Amino acid sequence: MSYLLEADALTRVFSRGIFNKTENVAVRKISLGIEEDNPSITVIAGESGSGKTTLASMLLGFMRPTSGTIRYLGQDIYFLRGDDWRAYRRNVQPIFQDPFEVFNPVYRVDRILMQPAKLYGIAESDDQARELVEDSLRQVGLRPQETMGRFPHQLSGGQRQRITVARAFLLKPKVIVADEPVSMIDASLRATVLESLRELKTELGISIIYITHDLTTAYQIGDSIYVLYKGSVVEAGNVENVVQDPSHPYTRLLIGSIPVADPRVAWGANLPIGAATSDRQDAVSGCAFAPRCPEAMDKCWNTDPAHYLSHDNRAIKCFLYEDLPMVRGDELSGVMGSESSAN
Amino acid sequence: MMDAPASPVLSVRNLSVEYTTTNGVLRAADGVTFDLLPGQRFGLVGESGSGKTTTALALMRLTQLPGRIVEGEVMLDGANLLELSDERMRQMRLAQISYVPQGAMNSLNPVMKVGNQIANGFKDHIDHISRSDISERITQLLRSVGLDPSVSRMYPHELSGGMKQRVAIAIAVSLGPKVIIADEPTSALDVVVQHEVMLTLRHLQEEIGAAVLIVGHDMGLMAQFATDIGVMYAGRLVETGAVLDMFDAPLHPYTRSLIASLPSVNERQRLQGIPGLPPALLDLPVGCSFNPRCSDVMDVCHQIEPSFEEVESGRWTSCHLYQDSGVVR
Repeated sequence: MSYLLEADALTRVFSRGIFNKTENVAVRKISLGIEEDNPSITVIAGESGSGKTTLASMLLGFMRPTSGTIRYLGQDIYFLRGDDWRAYRRNVQPIFQDPFEVFNPVYRVDRILMQPAKLYGIAESDDQARELVEDSLRQVGLRPQETMGRFPHQLSGGQRQRITVARAFLLKPKVIVADEPVSMIDASLRATVLESLRELKTELGISIIYITHDLTTAYQIGDSIYVLYKGSVVEAGNVENVVQDPSHPYTRLLIGSIPVADPRVAWGANLPIGAATSDRQDAVSGCAFAPRCPEAMDKCWNTDPAHYLSHDNRAIKCFLYEDLPMVRGDELSGVMGSESSAN
Repeated sequence: MMDAPASPVLSVRNLSVEYTTTNGVLRAADGVTFDLLPGQRFGLVGESGSGKTTTALALMRLTQLPGRIVEGEVMLDGANLLELSDERMRQMRLAQISYVPQGAMNSLNPVMKVGNQIANGFKDHIDHISRSDISERITQLLRSVGLDPSVSRMYPHELSGGMKQRVAIAIAVSLGPKVIIADEPTSALDVVVQHEVMLTLRHLQEEIGAAVLIVGHDMGLMAQFATDIGVMYAGRLVETGAVLDMFDAPLHPYTRSLIASLPSVNERQRLQGIPGLPPALLDLPVGCSFNPRCSDVMDVCHQIEPSFEEVESGRWTSCHLYQDSGVVR
């Protein structure tokens, strides 16, 4: 099995202070692999602070991991040079949550689209570039005449967001790392943009790493899912299995909290009754979820659980499943790989 | 709910707000009309730019230039809020009608302790309130939103997003208002925290018997929280009704597509967006604003703007499909 993009035991530690160093492990030994011949949508799900954006930055080569490696076509991205580096840059494209925090506000939005079109040699002339750009804008539901020539601040959040999705369409990369691509878009357009992400996969064979806190949309377009909590993968497997029958207590809480768009379904009916737990986020030496876990056992407070492999090929980081075979964190990508190729 | 015998606590009639821009004058809210009954939770939904927040702010009389409330009536307890003096309106805010802003994390004063921010409302609205009375009320309020009373000595930056949002709710209910307006109160929060915060809001609202107007675009949240729904499109209310009716049998074609576009967690299906884009408010189509995107469009839709009418008991919509005859097609 060969991977297009592979993360191997990625860890990222942020430290603060000079004399009294405090360390915050944003991402803890996460491994995942995007197969070359099997385009897929891999969901990285988690709440704020779970490390999903840090993971995205590392996969995109924007941030160096503290330990672990990222490989593009088998090569460590930090050893890529020249054309190889450019190929990685071109073929692994980002879609950000709010792109205009990184793009230059003094240029018109045309430039954000026209520049890569010319830079990567997609278009030979300005006219052709313009045509391609307009096509890609229409594909995400924007009217070219209303977007071209505008400055970023003249567009709404939703419009700005769709411009970066359009940019991804234009470049036709091999992998898109999309960090909350629809969180700022209205529901009616959200469906359109998500459907076009799915078309990128089915029609252009582009794999997508879809990073989100929204499990409903994850369920709709994802193939496999990694659920993160405080930097660790707590549950990983096929989206259908994980969402319909969550195993980890955190995944259960997350899925049970979704407001279902059906007034007849009671909100949180499947959740254990108790006080709000989201304030209890104290650091513990054992399982990071223990302070909030309704099923926490004594050992959960002192020992960090390993991942255990369930019968339906999902990895669960929880002592409730310790009778099952253990799977090493760095073997997770292998688990997931065999999962998606079995489908 | 609309046909319940109780008399409305808030009655909005023909509320219109205009913004003057360099390209002309646009109507961000146009003839908005609805009633809010005691205990009701009315969800105002719509895409960005549909006029939800404009409407919510106008109800509080917080519309700022270049926006202007150009016509309408907002009756609260027999008084038209739009005709009160500025001072009288200031007294009404928080005490009678309160506001939970979008992203409460940014609405709290970063250099003031939480307790003092809550105390401000008491000091301002209740004459000769004693210090011990205030601190007792703050303790009670914080407990009622599920926070430890020690939070009153903290600064906003020491709290998580969900805790700050609960502080904002505590402030909003502190004087037992009749109406609470919450503008996307959980849009910046994680799903677990959202659930906790909304349960808190519902619990308090039921306890003080207030009506809630909740603004948002998340239909899942609306389905779970609201008792009634109002759908806005291009500045106008296009449909209102009880939440079950709206989800079971939406009338207006826009509401129908909105509900059809909702992703489900039970069934994987092709996601259906609504074709086309919302119109530019400066350049509205002639007739019904939804006509370019409507699957049931008729000739009359291109000529006459449909009026907002009660087509069934408790169900209002502005669509030619249901008009004139008064009978549902």
